[in-house]
Amino acid sequence: MATDITKKTHETKLAPRRERAGWTYAPSPEAKDHVRLKGRYDLFIDGKFVAPHSGKHFATHNPADESHIADVAEGDEHDVDTAVRAARKAFEGTWGKMRGSERGKYVYRIARRIQERARELAIVESVDGGKPIKESRDVDLPLAAAHFFHYAGWADKLDYAFAGRRARPLGVAGQIIPWNFPLLMAAWKIAPAIACGNTVVLKPAETTPLTALLLAEIIQECDLPPGVVNIVTGAGKTGGALVDHAGVDKIAFTGSTDVGKRIQRAIAGTNKRLTLELGGKAANIVFADAPIDQAVDGIVNGIYFNQGHVCCAGSRLLVEESIHDVVVRKLSRRIEQLRVGDPLDKNTDVGAINSKMQLEKIHELVAAAVSEGCAIHQSSAKIPTKGYFFAPTFFTGVSQSHRIAQEEVFGPVLSVITFRTPDEAVEKANNTMYGLSAGIWTDKAAKVFWMAKRMRAGVVWANTFNKFDPTSPFGGYKESGFGREGGRAGLAPYLEMV
Amino acid sequence: MATRKQTSTRVTRQARAEQRNGKHRPTSRTGTGAQEAALVVPTGGTRGPRGYRPPKSPPIEAIALEERAASIAKRSIKKASKVEGLKLAIAMMDLTTLEGKDTPGKVVSMCRKAARPSERLDLPSCAAVCVYPNLVAVAKRALEGTTVKVASVATAFPSGQSPLAVKLIDVRRAVDFGADEIDMVIDRGAFLRGDYGKVFDEIAQTKEACGAAHLKVILETGELGTYDAIRLASDLAIEAGGDFIKTSTGKVQPAATLPVTLLMLEAIRDHVDAGGRNIGMKPAGGVRTAKQALQYLCIVKETLGDEWLDPDLFRFGASALLNDVLMQLEKERTGSYAGEDYFSKD
Repeated sequence: MATDITKKTHETKLAPRRERAGWTYAPSPEAKDHVRLKGRYDLFIDGKFVAPHSGKHFATHNPADESHIADVAEGDEHDVDTAVRAARKAFEGTWGKMRGSERGKYVYRIARRIQERARELAIVESVDGGKPIKESRDVDLPLAAAHFFHYAGWADKLDYAFAGRRARPLGVAGQIIPWNFPLLMAAWKIAPAIACGNTVVLKPAETTPLTALLLAEIIQECDLPPGVVNIVTGAGKTGGALVDHAGVDKIAFTGSTDVGKRIQRAIAGTNKRLTLELGGKAANIVFADAPIDQAVDGIVNGIYFNQGHVCCAGSRLLVEESIHDVVVRKLSRRIEQLRVGDPLDKNTDVGAINSKMQLEKIHELVAAAVSEGCAIHQSSAKIPTKGYFFAPTFFTGVSQSHRIAQEEVFGPVLSVITFRTPDEAVEKANNTMYGLSAGIWTDKAAKVFWMAKRMRAGVVWANTFNKFDPTSPFGGYKESGFGREGGRAGLAPYLEMV
Repeated sequence: MATRKQTSTRVTRQARAEQRNGKHRPTSRTGTGAQEAALVVPTGGTRGPRGYRPPKSPPIEAIALEERAASIAKRSIKKASKVEGLKLAIAMMDLTTLEGKDTPGKVVSMCRKAARPSERLDLPSCAAVCVYPNLVAVAKRALEGTTVKVASVATAFPSGQSPLAVKLIDVRRAVDFGADEIDMVIDRGAFLRGDYGKVFDEIAQTKEACGAAHLKVILETGELGTYDAIRLASDLAIEAGGDFIKTSTGKVQPAATLPVTLLMLEAIRDHVDAGGRNIGMKPAGGVRTAKQALQYLCIVKETLGDEWLDPDLFRFGASALLNDVLMQLEKERTGSYAGEDYFSKD
């Protein structure tokens, strides 16, 4: 390769430019005066907020300034047991017997109430999790509502969803969700489960419990029968208690591959069903005949969306060698335009890293890449001194064997790898223990289909990336998990076919 | 005819070679009008009828382009940045009147507005006024002693459906009348039938006819049909010697849009990256509100950087935009909206 892949961002040669003072965007913070958060949140069990058995609460922080937001109850096995019993009672008493058309009305009501409270929920999502307000406002919230709308529509059509089979609910679903899309993941889990007639016990992530608790308020406002949705906050131990509880018929988990494996081991030999949506190391493949500028936008959206805290993030850029330099130049320039900082500023593109722990993990993997000899390209964006932030970064000169190319960083860090032929692209794209998503950028439709057929990945995007829709199934191959969420396929994990 | 064709090819190649060296100097060549009427039969393929090979433009993905434009348009521009941005927009404005009913009186009053947009606010003058050739002299006189340039549309604006000789006379006359800038239209018919050589030659010869005047090349993007075609037309216009590329005449819908402007700016960026000259960009038609103007500025800033936020490299072609910008500025100053009768309609 004639390329000097060790070139750094600021050394990338651009046409000489005149100096200008420049026009800057003034801070434009989203007003949050209308958001009323309680200082302390209890568990939501059987339609009521109840104090945890242990009497213990833990703090949830704003990752953008490390400030304390609220205290949240720490549920233990007693609380999990109470919640599972309430869910069982609701399943047997009301919800499991209710006509689908009636259940659908409740689910629609939740969807509408989410829309009505969207602004407030978006702000809380950004404050608690660090994601830019423009993403929580324009992606998380509309999609969360859309999932409830979509599954509300299925509630009375389940007998027609799978030809020749009649469907019935499973019972009580234990659901454990991650911190990257807290409300959206709650929607992905709760909407299909309750639309199908199950009742749920949901355990939100430890660092981002607030929107799930606001969702509990919404569920109260919507008059759902008590016990249909129970929300038990806590850390890993609380989730473990839920997994181990004998009264649970199904576990749905989204999170890390390590925890997913532990869950699968824990429920081995039980009658519990399981779906897992785990890590990823997706290939975003850019061919020389691609629409380059749009591909660069897609690369940026693929890896820097939600600070890279996306299981299906396009964290490996596979670029055809002949256009490597052009893509790197455009990407270097493009990441300079990303605005890093206050998640509540409407112009922020990259917000705060979710937690100190996650930031440390990102630093560790980036340091490993540097010590392995990969060339680092980093945005010169000024990083706030308080809070957890990481500048958009990518590495060139990365080989498949580097740690940065193999391990999930779950941060705004991209590895650039080159390929020469479509066959090589397929081989490298699939050469990972994960298989959640892939992206293909080419102007040739035939090449899109040829590639898509060969991708061992649950979602394949063509000339776009990170597109989500409630009608589209989402899930993994290999260590990215199994089971599908979204669309008709997303009903199956919550139904028993008879 | 054969000789002429050879000359045309030579001019083309020479111009392109110079273009690639980043210093465009139009070669001297006189237009031979009558021959332009000769029909050129399209032959298809990459090489056009005149042996001209059009630039190899990258494909454009429509949905992704529109999404990118929409996402930049969501930038929230408030307070000091809003005021600064709107002042910048005024300084970049080509205040335009292009109607059959234009008269010296109308043009003079527009010129006064361009030179001094507001009596109350301390504002820059507009970059230029844009008029038909017959009114160039009037505008020139009215703007004596100001920084406002006079731009004239020419080349059988807006359709461009006249022989090249006529178009070139149109251009020379406008320049003789005192036009500082010429806004030409490309021959969309020739472009759409694949006669890129004709489009190229017309631009190159118009540039030559401009002399010292700056040349803006109007692609009339609303008639080109696809983003791919707009990108090709942009690359072609840049290669043929245009100083600015401009979206529209304002006579065809859709006129300027954010995605089209974004992709034209990307064409300029690629040209500059390849070592070419700095090319200007002018969206025209359809930019009516201060909010839209700020969205365009964001697209410029995030595509070509602050250097292009300069009237030498970015212009708005607009007639109704100025008063909306003034209203917004007045609102920022006083905190409340004044009625439209508080702003002069020129």
